[in-house]
Amino acid sequence: MAKIKFNRKEFEKEIKLTKEIEEKITLFGTSLESLTDEEIEVEILPNRPDLLSLQGFIKALKAFLGKETGFVKYKVNKPEKDYSIKIDPALKNIRPCTACAIVKGIDFNDAKIKVIIDLQEKLHATVGRNRKKLAIGIYPLEKINLPIRFEARTPKNIKFIPLEETRELDGMQILQRTSTGRTYAHLLENLDKFPVFVDAKNKILSMPPIINSDETGKITEQTKDVFVECSGFDFETLKKTLNIIVTTLADMGGQIYQMNLGKMATPDLTPEKMKISLENTNKLLGLDLKESDIQKLIPRMGCNYSDGKVEIPAWRTDVLHEVDIIEDIAIAYGYNNFIPEIPKVATTGAADIKEKYKTKIADLLAGLGLLEISSYHLIKPSEEEDKNLIEVVDSKTEYKFLRPSLLPSSLRTLAENKDNEYPQNLFEIGTVFSKNAEAETGIKETENLIISLTPGNFTQIKQILNYLTKNLEINYEIESSVHPNLIEGRTASIKINDNKVGYIGELHPQTLKEWNIKMPCSVLEISLEEIFKILEN
Amino acid sequence: MAQDINKLLESLSPLEIKILPYLNLTIEEIKQKTQLDNTSVLRALKFLENKSILKVETAKKKIIELGINGIYYKKNHLPERKLLLLLEQSNHIQIEEAKKLSKLSDNEFKVSLGVLKSKALIEIKNEKVSLTAKKEELTKKTLEEKLIEALPLEFDSLQPEQLYAFQVLQKRKDIIQIEEKTIVSFKLTELGKQIAGREIKLDLIEELTPEIIKNWKKNKKFRSYDITSPVPAIYGGKKHFVSQAGEYARQIWRDLGFKEMTGPKVETSFWVFDALFTPQDHPAREMQDTFFIKNIPGSLPKDKALVKKVKEAHEKGLAGSKGWRYEWTEEEASKILLRTHTTAISARTLAKLDKKELPAKFFAIGRCFRNETVDWSHGFEFNQTEGIVVDKNANFRNLLGYLKEFFTKMGYEKILFRPSFFAYTEPSVEIAVWHPEKKVWLELGGAGIFRPEVVIPFFGEYIPVLAWGPGFDRSIMMNYNINDLRQVYSNDIEMLRKIKPWLK
Repeated sequence: MAKIKFNRKEFEKEIKLTKEIEEKITLFGTSLESLTDEEIEVEILPNRPDLLSLQGFIKALKAFLGKETGFVKYKVNKPEKDYSIKIDPALKNIRPCTACAIVKGIDFNDAKIKVIIDLQEKLHATVGRNRKKLAIGIYPLEKINLPIRFEARTPKNIKFIPLEETRELDGMQILQRTSTGRTYAHLLENLDKFPVFVDAKNKILSMPPIINSDETGKITEQTKDVFVECSGFDFETLKKTLNIIVTTLADMGGQIYQMNLGKMATPDLTPEKMKISLENTNKLLGLDLKESDIQKLIPRMGCNYSDGKVEIPAWRTDVLHEVDIIEDIAIAYGYNNFIPEIPKVATTGAADIKEKYKTKIADLLAGLGLLEISSYHLIKPSEEEDKNLIEVVDSKTEYKFLRPSLLPSSLRTLAENKDNEYPQNLFEIGTVFSKNAEAETGIKETENLIISLTPGNFTQIKQILNYLTKNLEINYEIESSVHPNLIEGRTASIKINDNKVGYIGELHPQTLKEWNIKMPCSVLEISLEEIFKILEN
Repeated sequence: MAQDINKLLESLSPLEIKILPYLNLTIEEIKQKTQLDNTSVLRALKFLENKSILKVETAKKKIIELGINGIYYKKNHLPERKLLLLLEQSNHIQIEEAKKLSKLSDNEFKVSLGVLKSKALIEIKNEKVSLTAKKEELTKKTLEEKLIEALPLEFDSLQPEQLYAFQVLQKRKDIIQIEEKTIVSFKLTELGKQIAGREIKLDLIEELTPEIIKNWKKNKKFRSYDITSPVPAIYGGKKHFVSQAGEYARQIWRDLGFKEMTGPKVETSFWVFDALFTPQDHPAREMQDTFFIKNIPGSLPKDKALVKKVKEAHEKGLAGSKGWRYEWTEEEASKILLRTHTTAISARTLAKLDKKELPAKFFAIGRCFRNETVDWSHGFEFNQTEGIVVDKNANFRNLLGYLKEFFTKMGYEKILFRPSFFAYTEPSVEIAVWHPEKKVWLELGGAGIFRPEVVIPFFGEYIPVLAWGPGFDRSIMMNYNINDLRQVYSNDIEMLRKIKPWLK
């Protein structure tokens, strides 16, 4: 999601802000984030990159408010001589596609340059997936000799002065020595050849998706005409994004010209047509609209309607299916105008059986005066000696491993509460994780129960085990065993139906000392899965 | 009146009864008479004060007490007295010999000579010490000695002579010291004056014992307790407040006819993203926001037809949809991760659901994960409440209806629905609730109707599935007035003991 700030003065030249308009902006789906004397900030959802520029946003909002409904039809001029791009087939596995245009006759000033650069950046960050999927270049046409070639070259054969640099660098040097190069170098990783735009006099215009040339890739207040290109992997996305840029430039006073890309030409602002069914609309929304209603509602979302068909402007990227139009109708109708209604459909509610048993067990333990805790499922490396732990990739905190047992988090809780009043008798029911090649995820999850008594001894913890199992009518056996954290001779395995389900014992002073716990503590941990099985039968 | 007094007397604790006969005396005297320690006497006085029998008064006072040397000298004479006594025995002796015989330290001896000289009781000539005092002067106690005997004394009550002696002694080492002390005293009230000095021989039952029950006789009386006096705190066992809130929410959903569904916390990307029509290059699938699991391969569901349909939905679209138009890979869909939303459970439920069972409604409440740093409003774990309604006749108004009902029952009076966007729902909704104290709309999360591209792979046709997965922690925080998300996961035992139960 993108938060966009618009100049409030420029905004209010078109739409005067009132309390009512402010509310409408939110109901349009572009939540109003903040408003100062200078700026208005809105949140643009990722499906509407066409709203990322002031021009695009104003157009859409005017339609929504009923001021200028439907969409503007822009004049698209046919390509002039040499308005063409030749695409090198060698780009196939590098950066195969481009969509290009020329826009002429714009009076660039600081404000306009800022709008277009902001738009370019926001598009890179959103639809462009940080330039991976799509990158945009805008060049002053007067510095370029048409036609243009989009080709793949070895890094050694790429030589130009990158934007804001003073020396000529080759392809690899650009990735290593410029800050933009370092930021985006991963996008050209492991490639023998890099993509470049080259003009008719063999001047390199840019090396997408990294950087433009300092000579040909910088718009100034003197610029009147521009060459615009989008490069990337999905031609549809490139076309739509190009449309967003050229229409914004046209809103600034520019004339749009197509460029030939072999068999076709871009930009193509022919609206797309899609069928819309009134019946489907009413069924999905729970409304009783008439055709005359959707005829009014659809143009409020910047589309046109006639005769069961919707015309969608060529800069909308989000309409994949009829349901997308139906949502537009709902937004135009106003989410605040829908009357919520629970249908009279008879279904029976039910608890998940394991959740139910977990609640019962928690009730029994709370009845014994135990306090329930609830911990993270991740633990710190220092908290578990087992080397065969499941690790998450690049955790941003010190919690890096999935817990193999509930013991570390119980000990952490005791350590963090050592200054609180004792006794501290605690329990937790939670998921623990272990590797299991047979599972779909490669990981087995089990529900465990841990109980710790502090201060507490073996007798006391065994009393609780007895109380719990008696209440659940479960028989268990106990067998002397060892556990790295428990005192030998005071440690046992708990077995149910001959399956080892857990351990019980007194914590070893070495462990307590390591955790900085100053009180004796007895503990039991069991997997509840076996118990669930018995209870279910 | 007399009755009131009797009642009052019956309510006295054993401690109070013990000091009652001596209430006309001072605290020190009470301690002597009753042999009670200071704490017990003060406690008894406090109890009596609660019954308006007396008023305890405290005052800060400067008290002059004996120092370490002072205590010793009080027992064994001041050094100058020792010297005088020696000289009485053997007058006119050498200074050195006097010192030796007196057994005084250098310093004591020097001071003693100075003191006695200044009082004109001795004189020193030719290295010899002689008494010059008259007999009666020798037997008379000095002002310093008198003061030492009289200590402890309040500084303010010193007589001029005592004050002189105090100033002299203060210059000498550790004989006296001044301490700031809280002096406790008490004054009887009118009621207290009536009963002070009484000896109560009421035969009152203190603690009820099995013996007393066994031998119970009528007319025996109980000592009345001071029912207003404070008692030490105790703490009971309790379920975690998140569990309590979860149980309440579960109850709401069950009452609305929803069945509970569960699912694994570690999932394949297939169920978290692909089955939910989230393209494989979607930012949510990047490492930086999501906990992927290191070095463990996952596998795709055994239902090959489902996988094929999902692939098709992404690559080319289904039922008139254009799809996302890219090459969908099984490799990306097999990556495993900690689920980023409970909607993965909904996807699994839909895959298992038989169309004959429709209409069907399911809910889940569960932990989700995102790779984030921890601060007051963010954490790497959070709880979501999930729900789906699968019904050919379900519509957008129904979706809003279920959500409104749930959040109203959670205690929100004003609920707002705004347009939103999720890759897997259309139309989509953002749910916001009004925070009456902070006077802001709080965003709780999203909902919508699953897109045809999500539903068709499961059912072969488009059946509207209403779906929601708003966060649950904000509701918990609002209910408990918790402002820092970390507290929800901190296991602070004091907080867990004191936090009120979920009372909705």
